[in-house]
Amino acid sequence: MPLVEIRDVSKRFSRDAERIDVFDSLSMDIEQGSFTALMGPSGSGKSTLLNLIAGLDKPTSGTVTVGGAAVSAMTAAQLANWRAQHVGFVFQQFNLLPVLTAWQNVELPLLLTRLSKREREERVGIALGVVGLDDRHRHYPRQLSGGQEQRVAIARAIVADPTLVLLDEPTGQLDAKSSQEVLALLGRLNEEFGKTIVIVTHDPHAAARARRQLHLEKGTFVEQADAVTVP
Amino acid sequence: MKFFTLLRANLGRHKRRTILTMASVALALFLFASLRTVVTTLKAASQFGSARRLVSTNATGIVFPLPIAYANRLATIPGVEKITWANWFGGQYGDGKRFFANFAVDAKSYLDLYPEMQVPADQKAAFLADRAGALIGARLVDLFGWKVGQNVTLRGTIFPGDWTFTVRGVYTPTDKAINDDAMMFHFEYLDEKTGRNGLAGWYIMQIDQPDNAPRIAKTVDDMFRNSSAPTRTGTEQAFNASFATMWGNVSLLMNTIGMAVVFAILLVTANAMMMSARERTRELAVLKTIGFTDRRLFGLVMLEAGIITVTGAVIGLGAAKLLYRATNFNAAGFLPGFDVTTATLLLGGGIALVLMLASGIVPAARAARLPVVAALRNVE
Repeated sequence: MPLVEIRDVSKRFSRDAERIDVFDSLSMDIEQGSFTALMGPSGSGKSTLLNLIAGLDKPTSGTVTVGGAAVSAMTAAQLANWRAQHVGFVFQQFNLLPVLTAWQNVELPLLLTRLSKREREERVGIALGVVGLDDRHRHYPRQLSGGQEQRVAIARAIVADPTLVLLDEPTGQLDAKSSQEVLALLGRLNEEFGKTIVIVTHDPHAAARARRQLHLEKGTFVEQADAVTVP
Repeated sequence: MKFFTLLRANLGRHKRRTILTMASVALALFLFASLRTVVTTLKAASQFGSARRLVSTNATGIVFPLPIAYANRLATIPGVEKITWANWFGGQYGDGKRFFANFAVDAKSYLDLYPEMQVPADQKAAFLADRAGALIGARLVDLFGWKVGQNVTLRGTIFPGDWTFTVRGVYTPTDKAINDDAMMFHFEYLDEKTGRNGLAGWYIMQIDQPDNAPRIAKTVDDMFRNSSAPTRTGTEQAFNASFATMWGNVSLLMNTIGMAVVFAILLVTANAMMMSARERTRELAVLKTIGFTDRRLFGLVMLEAGIITVTGAVIGLGAAKLLYRATNFNAAGFLPGFDVTTATLLLGGGIALVLMLASGIVPAARAARLPVVAALRNVE
């Protein structure tokens, strides 16, 4: 059974008098433990699809089910609680809280759990260790490089051990070296830790890390490929 | 407690703004407590007075004297147990900038009628034995550095000339509403120096039962109704209250100013909270993405407003309470017993609570209702 099931999803925005149909009857599955790249030109709807999977947005029609939970039917409060347990989200612009240290940023999702302080400390330590930043835990985001900030954001996304890690253009703000580090980290999370990863990217190098690539164009999957290699 | 780090970090984001907002709240509540204490002090002063003491003044006005011969006639009225009299002197000391009450009294009977004025026995005896002696309030010792045995000279304003007295005793009031910066001297001394024998400023009578006050007051006023100096008699409380009402509707004025200040600060605080929340639109959206519920974000923003207003309130109200108590402030004798009451502190706390709700509710509701995707898209 797939982890993510998207069935006949349509998404429509209204801007002034204009109606924009992002998708119409889109269906897809994402398997547990997979590493999927969503690609496509700007405006193709890939970030919107990611937001629908994360429960940040609701489809105009159709259903989104993650791990058997009907995400598209949940209330705002149910969605928030569900996200806290099941989703790790990474943004293009890192979106770390500038007033918190790396450690405190990573600890944020754990504040929503019943874990004790000691257990939280243990988990934050592990997450920062996985991303290779255990020596930077006292640093504020402004004291970190872009690559390091994104690794902290990834640590924040995985610290609560979510079912699904969603990344929206995670290498979009990074130089080539940092991109490679982040992508290598994502590969490790998928292969070593079995995390299901969905990444939205324009970057073919980033997409090449995925085991499955989906190309969206005008709200429709135009091509699906497995393990496309970029030289 | 888990969220304390997040709250502290958010409050420390713009330290200067947070401190200034707290200072605004503190100042507002300090002013509120001060203005309200003026009202409560005046009220306490107007309510001071034994239910067993009546005061008779000249019906035309307190500045007009009454014949001293009235004393014997007043003493014959059934229910009158003791009687004394006094006269306003209006002397000034030094440059005269520091006002203090000073008046001539019939010393022995006056101290008998006012057991609230505690005087050491030896000092009382020395005062009663010296016709040029003076009894002073404990605060005058602090203010002017006067000592027992020292000669002090007042400049007369109503009764011209230099008047030298010897300080013979220091009284301490047991009731906060009694001035502790007054000076009393012997009536005989005033009469001797002015040669105006036979006149008193006002009479004070101790009666047997408070219930008899209306009857005795009427008897007194009827007794002198057709004389050249008719009287107006009432309870000591009413007499004191008449001074308070001379200030006009002070309560309304003070309360209005106090509320205006609080309202102005409400706008300042609300604006600061709005700015703080607006600047963090993206961060609030990120927290929602992580799994913070609308309710939790609402609570966190309200808590921030609460920390600012409660801290400001504790500083402002605490400063008012401690400062006035430490400095023994009494507005140059016009507001004896000036002390921020518990009721004022509780009311100030209530205002802080309203301030927290009013300043925090809009940004908190905005944070709770923030649409995540739009918020992230708009700022990125």
